[in-house]
Amino acid sequence: MSRINVLEFEKLVAELDDTIAKAKQAATRENRNVLADVTELEEERNQLLRDFFVGLTPWDEVLLARHASRPYTLDYVPLITEDFLEVHGDRLFGDDGALIGGFAQMGGQPTLLIGQQKGRDLKERQKRNFGYVRPEGYRKALRLMQMSSKFRRPIVTLVDTPGADPNVASEERGISESIARNLREMSVLSSPIVSVVIGEGGSGGALGIAVADRVLMLEHSIYSVIAPEGCASILWRDPTRGADAAKAMRVTAQDALSLGLIDEVIPEPLGGAHRDLETTAAAIKEAVTRHVRELNTLSVAKLRTLRYEKLRALGRFSEGLDTTE
Amino acid sequence: MPDWFRRRSTHNDPGSKTSGPSPETPVTSNGLPDAAAAVPEGAFTKCQKCNAILYTKDFERDLKVCSKCGHHHRISADERIEYTVDEGSFSEINADLIAVDPLSFPEYAEKLAKGRKVSKHADSLLTGTAAIGGQPCVLAVADFAFMGGSMGSVFGEKFARATDHAIQEKLPLIVFCASGGARMQEGLFSLMQMAKTSAAVAQLAESAVPYVVVLTDPTTGGAFASFASLGDVIFSEPGAYVAFAGTRVAQQAAQNKNLPTNYQLAEFQQEHGMVDKIVPRRELSITLARTLTFFGVGSKSAAADQAGTEAATPGSQISPNQNGTQ
Repeated sequence: MSRINVLEFEKLVAELDDTIAKAKQAATRENRNVLADVTELEEERNQLLRDFFVGLTPWDEVLLARHASRPYTLDYVPLITEDFLEVHGDRLFGDDGALIGGFAQMGGQPTLLIGQQKGRDLKERQKRNFGYVRPEGYRKALRLMQMSSKFRRPIVTLVDTPGADPNVASEERGISESIARNLREMSVLSSPIVSVVIGEGGSGGALGIAVADRVLMLEHSIYSVIAPEGCASILWRDPTRGADAAKAMRVTAQDALSLGLIDEVIPEPLGGAHRDLETTAAAIKEAVTRHVRELNTLSVAKLRTLRYEKLRALGRFSEGLDTTE
Repeated sequence: MPDWFRRRSTHNDPGSKTSGPSPETPVTSNGLPDAAAAVPEGAFTKCQKCNAILYTKDFERDLKVCSKCGHHHRISADERIEYTVDEGSFSEINADLIAVDPLSFPEYAEKLAKGRKVSKHADSLLTGTAAIGGQPCVLAVADFAFMGGSMGSVFGEKFARATDHAIQEKLPLIVFCASGGARMQEGLFSLMQMAKTSAAVAQLAESAVPYVVVLTDPTTGGAFASFASLGDVIFSEPGAYVAFAGTRVAQQAAQNKNLPTNYQLAEFQQEHGMVDKIVPRRELSITLARTLTFFGVGSKSAAADQAGTEAATPGSQISPNQNGTQ
């Protein structure tokens, strides 16, 4: 249990990164060939990363999913699309900065792209409401998705939210209704839907844009019915036991895959998405366009039938009397 | 057969309801030391809101609504059925779906066992067919006594099968919600029941099957953010806690703000357009019957409707404009 967590570990890696960068700079400045030294240092660092990442705990995955440097939707957009035209507003009340949507070209395919958006600095965080989506966000998403369904444009959603906004104004404007409506309506859309959890898949707030034909997760993202701290707080009256709750609830991408609740885990570069944005984006684009291509071959009726069957199959229970009781 | 699975005999003998405050109550006591012992167990009930002391028999005759302050106490799924549907008309379906422990979650097995013991049912949702005011329907009733009415895999599956049944039989679906939301002991499986139940509601719509929701205390979180917000019609009992955020989250959110006194209650939700009508418990049966009549699904006989409804809800009076009208 004395193992350090991933954020503490990263401080060690940062020192090595720093040393490597300095060695490279020095080599350039002095016009000297230190390639061998640098390669050795890099190999040492990568081995360190590999060794540590092999034994990531569920709590490490939570920390990575919420990492301050983790790429957000708008970081990926220019890399996974050839073109993106953002559009705004729910036509009912306002525009939610925590959820973006627009017309994208992805691998030559006109695609509706929806994504939850967190902010990097204080000003941006306020604009994005820390990624907590309001009713206007879900309603904007639904407006765009239903429009796209009319024209059979595929829908891709990027999921990254701690949850739906629980504040008074959101209650007043029907946050529950806005999520519930999305769940119902997404189940009958005529467009193929592919959802990718890229960071935090926070409960109903995440699910509100993730009822899909294919659900993918980045390797170090999480998907959870309640925040681990919230679970610990309710179960054990101790919000500091988030690590125990994360383990018990099986929140990691690998867990979700092995439980049969998602379709694919998209591998991240060594050390996590934030260490190599381009490689991560390329992996996302490859996976998403592949699934969209497959889904595009299905008729609307078949697509909707398969989606409903998939949704109906969610859950584990036994039928008939359990004699062991 | 485990005892939680056995059909519970009606614990409130309808015959005893007519007696009201009865001679065996302790008012006749003349100071003998053992007078207290003569008080039958549970002869009095204290209102959980106003602390009024009520005769239990009166309290039960009043469908567990406080006669002093009108507080609607939480009731079991069995009581809900007894209070709402035509006598003897309820027939349970899919009673043998049983929760498993897919994550081997700490203490889940114990909580399930306790829930079964307390509620006498296999899980937190009771489904079946029934008649209300002579009109047949499919009924799903959440039981808060079973792990807070939480939505696990069994809840979702029974809900979905109830929609199947409603579609096949062309019967309206009526759902009574009393749920704190997702059952975190089933992790992501539990979250997915939001999607599953909501998708099942979409199928009802595609088949033009009416879907009526009655929100009762409490309806929060994943329940309110899925099937419970999707009724063609949404009724609520007065004073029910109905909100997205649970009390803890709400308290945090409410810091430094002046909140309306009815915040997070059914009345607040109605003010903001989320609830069609607040209906007191004793008027629910007739209100549901009138609603089903509008949709015109199922058997119809106007005379039988009236008679059946009157019989099903003791003391109910038709007073359409009395409540919920602004």
